[in-house]
Amino acid sequence: MTGRAKAGFESGLLARLSRNADVRRLGACVFGMLVLALVTGPEGIEGNPTFGFTESLLKPRVVAFLIAAAVLWALMTFWGRISVWTKKQVFVVTSQGTNLFSDKRVRRTSYVGLVAIGALLPQVLSGTWQEITVDQIGTYVLLALGLNVVIGLAGLLDLGYIAFYLIGAYSTAYWSGALPVQPPIHLDPFFILPLAVLAAMVAGVLLGTPTLRLRGDYLAIVTLGFGEIIQIVATNLQGVTGGAQGVIGIKRFSVNVFGIHYTWPVGATANKPYYYLLLGFVVGVMVAFHLLENSRVGRAWTAIREDEVAAEACGINPLKYKIMAFAIGASTSGLAGVLFASKIGFIDPSEFSVQMSILVVILVVFGGAGSLPGALVGAAFLQWGQNYLRVFNISWYNEQDLYVYLGALLVVMMIFRPQGILPSRRRSREIELAEHGLGSADAMSAGGGS
Amino acid sequence: MCFTQNFWSLFIEGLANGFIYALIALGYTLVYGVLRLINFAHSEVFMSGAFGGLFVLQNLIGSQQPGGWASVGLVAIGIAGAAAAGGAVAFLLERVAYRPLRRRNAPRLAFLISAIGASYFLYNLAGKEFGRQAITIPSPFTNGTVFTVFGAQVQTYYLVVAGVTIALLVLLDRVIAKTRLGQGIRAVAQDADTASLMGVNIDRIISQTFVIGGLLGGAAGFLYALPVGAVFTIGFTPGLKAFTAAVLGGIGNVRGAILGGLLLGIVENLSVSCIATSWRDVVAFGILVLVLMLRPTGLLGEQLGRSA
Repeated sequence: MTGRAKAGFESGLLARLSRNADVRRLGACVFGMLVLALVTGPEGIEGNPTFGFTESLLKPRVVAFLIAAAVLWALMTFWGRISVWTKKQVFVVTSQGTNLFSDKRVRRTSYVGLVAIGALLPQVLSGTWQEITVDQIGTYVLLALGLNVVIGLAGLLDLGYIAFYLIGAYSTAYWSGALPVQPPIHLDPFFILPLAVLAAMVAGVLLGTPTLRLRGDYLAIVTLGFGEIIQIVATNLQGVTGGAQGVIGIKRFSVNVFGIHYTWPVGATANKPYYYLLLGFVVGVMVAFHLLENSRVGRAWTAIREDEVAAEACGINPLKYKIMAFAIGASTSGLAGVLFASKIGFIDPSEFSVQMSILVVILVVFGGAGSLPGALVGAAFLQWGQNYLRVFNISWYNEQDLYVYLGALLVVMMIFRPQGILPSRRRSREIELAEHGLGSADAMSAGGGS
Repeated sequence: MCFTQNFWSLFIEGLANGFIYALIALGYTLVYGVLRLINFAHSEVFMSGAFGGLFVLQNLIGSQQPGGWASVGLVAIGIAGAAAAGGAVAFLLERVAYRPLRRRNAPRLAFLISAIGASYFLYNLAGKEFGRQAITIPSPFTNGTVFTVFGAQVQTYYLVVAGVTIALLVLLDRVIAKTRLGQGIRAVAQDADTASLMGVNIDRIISQTFVIGGLLGGAAGFLYALPVGAVFTIGFTPGLKAFTAAVLGGIGNVRGAILGGLLLGIVENLSVSCIATSWRDVVAFGILVLVLMLRPTGLLGEQLGRSA
């Protein structure tokens, strides 16, 4: 056989095999499981690049992953055969509209239940977990709710979301007189709150106005750059921000009216007061966003997301509504920044990394962009899981590898469930329609250029 | 005027940076041309190039410092290793993070999110497997002053960067202008639907475009990492700057990416004489925002792109 003929034969066989859906699926399963084996494998050693790979892929443990791949493949293939039958049944069920959450009473009851659980939660948690619930879960739920407006409702991608959190935190530091530059008057956090939120909102409008005119991917990269730059500014502008050492002595929340003097305590044993404060804000923000979603503004966002040209033809100014969404997201982030800074009492620029912005994106996308319960549950679940793995020292988990898992999660979600785990019905319908070529499911095209 | 201080030495250093930005920017621009999407994970392609070159040279260079023709050979092998690593990562990236979404005709937001996920996955995986400290790349040549221009010393490293980049650019230009593959890329960039009606295999063209961008990005990663060492976070900042360069020249425009890269490298480096070095990264971002505000189509215009 001549070389050419042989190559032709081989590529022919390979091509035929790779066209076979079952074979392709098997390949994908094996590839996925090998990647899983790699990421759960031991850490590599510097100067020995192959160590991590050989330890995780050439050891007996890989057999377990290959078996898992085979099982997964068999399941998927099997599922494909019976899905023809199940699909009919599922379709009948869903088309009757028996989605539990579509019933208003059920939905309202479950919200009340959630708030009740939220209110009772700290009574059953240990001190460590109370702290985690406030610092790691509550704050991020608030952040996720804000970003949900940008990603989910307006269909824009903001990768520098933490920049506004930084602005909120540093505004708090400024107005409590903790920065090297002194404010005209020292204020309590309850009075700082509107100022800091305003500062974050103004920053959002300033950044958004030039960029939101353009294609959506430009917004993503400009915000990414902004998130990086603002950290550099906070680190290097020593005379204003205190530089890399950070700022101490940020005021705690306190009430001083009508003879009531109460200051929110801090410390490992005293997280409950802050917890309830945060809970109040989360509930308030959720109610506000729920109303917003069903208002004229929310409908405008939906229209822009689904078909920007048609929306514009109906008299909606896309640029205006995009800037509005961006600014609302930014101010929520600023609000979270105020709460965080006054709770911790100490901030330094390294806490506000771009990585954190990406984390919030992951929380929103995982829960279901555009769905309030999705953002809430997604953020709470992922943040809880991450801290669970860290606190209980799970053997295969290394804290530094967190973003390996989260990054992979993001890709997997986009491939298999782009609407998130608790999607809003409207969003999943939009994505489905967009995949069939009807409308778009985001606001990624150039807008307001007229 | 602060610009005049050390003007030529800063200029030459900036030019070398600019060549590297241009190589990365080409990856953004080529992918943008065929997909109308910014490949957010391109900086990780760059990062893998740095590691690819590192491992090839680690195995080839012993304790003795190579010189003469051995240096030339080692640079070529290092570039080849880096480009291969970059190309392989870019290929896998397209397969895993882009193709399934493209098959489903997913919204653009999904592509961006998927690419960001892939980017975070890749660079943190590199950190896990190769350690989180910068690893010095054994130098394939002795760095020293070769000649001086207007009192500025031109180092061997700059010449290597310039030589490799120009060679790759000429090669790319020939590939795009003369080969069937280049014809396919241009056809898909102009109008993907029509191209597919004319019998162009779009899937294959997109995959090959990713690989070409990956080869260039990988080589750039190696060149960038030579003096500073390879580390898993190496891709982020050059990636952002190269994107700025691509937008500056006009995204989707191959010549624009080169022009933008060179301009950005030079301007950014010259600014160092006026402001503190720690503010250098802010300059590129300022340029990006200015370009987007004043001339969003870039200096040379979006040749391949529609305004979407």
